[in-house]
Amino acid sequence: MSALPAALPVASRPGFFRRRQRSYRLLTLPALLVVAAVIVFPWLFTMYMSAFDWKIGSVAHFVGLGNYTGLVTNQRFLEAIAHTFYFTALAVVFPLLLGTLAALIFHRNFRGRGVLRAIFTMPMMATPVAVALVWTMMFHPQQGVLNYLLSLVGLPPSLWVYSPTLVIPSLVLVEIWHWTPLVMLIVLGGLAALPTEPYESARLDGATEWQLFRHITLPLIAPFIVVAAVIRTIDAVKAFDTIYVISQGGPGTASETINLYLYLQAFAFYNVGNASAVVVVFFGIILALALLLLHVRQRTKWAA
Amino acid sequence: MASVASASSTTALSPRRRTTGRTRARRWLRRVGFGFAVAVIVSPAILVFLWMLSLSLKNEIDNLAYPPVFIPAPPTLANYTQVFAENAMGRYFLNSVIVSGCATLLALAVGVPAGYGIARLQAARTLILILIARMTPALSFLIPLFTVFQFLGLNNTLTALVITHLVITVPIVVYVMAGYFETLPRELEEAALIDGGSVWTTFRYVALPLARPGIVVGTILAFIFSWNNFVFGAVLAGRATRTLPAAVYNVLTFEQLAWGPLAAAAIIVTLPVLLLTVFIQKEIVVGLTAGGVKA
Repeated sequence: MSALPAALPVASRPGFFRRRQRSYRLLTLPALLVVAAVIVFPWLFTMYMSAFDWKIGSVAHFVGLGNYTGLVTNQRFLEAIAHTFYFTALAVVFPLLLGTLAALIFHRNFRGRGVLRAIFTMPMMATPVAVALVWTMMFHPQQGVLNYLLSLVGLPPSLWVYSPTLVIPSLVLVEIWHWTPLVMLIVLGGLAALPTEPYESARLDGATEWQLFRHITLPLIAPFIVVAAVIRTIDAVKAFDTIYVISQGGPGTASETINLYLYLQAFAFYNVGNASAVVVVFFGIILALALLLLHVRQRTKWAA
Repeated sequence: MASVASASSTTALSPRRRTTGRTRARRWLRRVGFGFAVAVIVSPAILVFLWMLSLSLKNEIDNLAYPPVFIPAPPTLANYTQVFAENAMGRYFLNSVIVSGCATLLALAVGVPAGYGIARLQAARTLILILIARMTPALSFLIPLFTVFQFLGLNNTLTALVITHLVITVPIVVYVMAGYFETLPRELEEAALIDGGSVWTTFRYVALPLARPGIVVGTILAFIFSWNNFVFGAVLAGRATRTLPAAVYNVLTFEQLAWGPLAAAAIIVTLPVLLLTVFIQKEIVVGLTAGGVKA
């Protein structure tokens, strides 16, 4: 998908920068070496290790695809995949809706907009572990402030992350709080680039605000929303810090996502071979999701 | 019709014509509704931070009181002094500064020239490699690196942490810089090359000085993401080499369950990052949206 746009501009500037290609390549060499050492090598090593039954400190046995076939029937791993998809679906949809709404609000001119936008984007940059600790205290069923807030509006107290059925929605709440600002910023970028002419002529034709939004704004910002969806999906599938700090995958294994299962296999049981197989499958899932969304993006581009 | 007129007047630039009492009332209502929407959407962000601050400034009795005590009366700094007195907080803070600082500087050294090369080569495929690197879960880098560091005897050292944090910082810097260099006009560089300058001197004396805003954004983003990283420190660091987030989780939660000191520690971890963002608000927005649109 990249070959075409990449080739065009060079061709339109016959050979000027291309003649010096070797020098430009040289500039990228140090970074490529670093990437090879800390990114590509780990990938290859992971694939290699995934073919062994290997615990750290013991001798590795070659098992071929044994680790993978083991995963297919591994109930706990399959449940982790289900938890991951559940978590991801919620942690993508809600920030997208709220973030788009927030972007529409912040796109308007009002007093104090700069300061309020700065405040609104604070969660996005805050250290996840620090934030997760505070949410852990807020979720506390007895002394937590959230149950107090529920009681103020007449709702019964909740068990939050201590309930097997509520733990994932509760964790998603943290995720929404944390990452809605990023969606807002991306969509806001789209809104800032909107042309004014279609609005003027539509207004002259007597279109309502909702019609303007539905038929002009939404199609034009759709590509930005899809970009936000791609980024959000990648981040949500990979979510680790908040889940690990707040629930450790519990109660039981109720909130154990692939990433948490992976962590336990690798660094609690030192089951490196099995964990490596999990990594390969996990990466395959992320790649598939990203490609799917990029495909959607391509289509929205044509539509727009 | 009336609704269209009032709707456009809230968004239009200068509705300076005379209005009747009814449209004025309607407009006032709209403003109140809009203000309410702003409040609803902004308040969760600020309230969590205020609650964090409140917890850190109260004694343990007030922190565990029900209904909760919201305003610390009187506020106490005891939690902060306790965190510093009972833990090597200064040491952990320094570890974080060293690890994130070194990883960011190294990333700049290799990433800025690389971003320039990629931008001028129009090598979009290289960026896809970097995007894939961003997609890969951090834990999957950790398992092989952990094994190798074990073999080299580097586990529990700051060196191992700096190397691992390059996984975070290098892709961000390359990504931001490639995007930034692409926005720079090429005419100056072309002139320099025609005048017999080499690619290196053109980069060094023409493109690099122009790229300062991009470098600032790349530096700050790389530093923040590295600073916020938890899992590398949690797995690779020893007792003395923990970074702040790992230390706050490992040391504080297991050795003392009190809420006040925990909240104080959480603030110490996240405050530097929040200050950085407040000072460069606009640039962060530009940097992140630029990266997002290109992704």
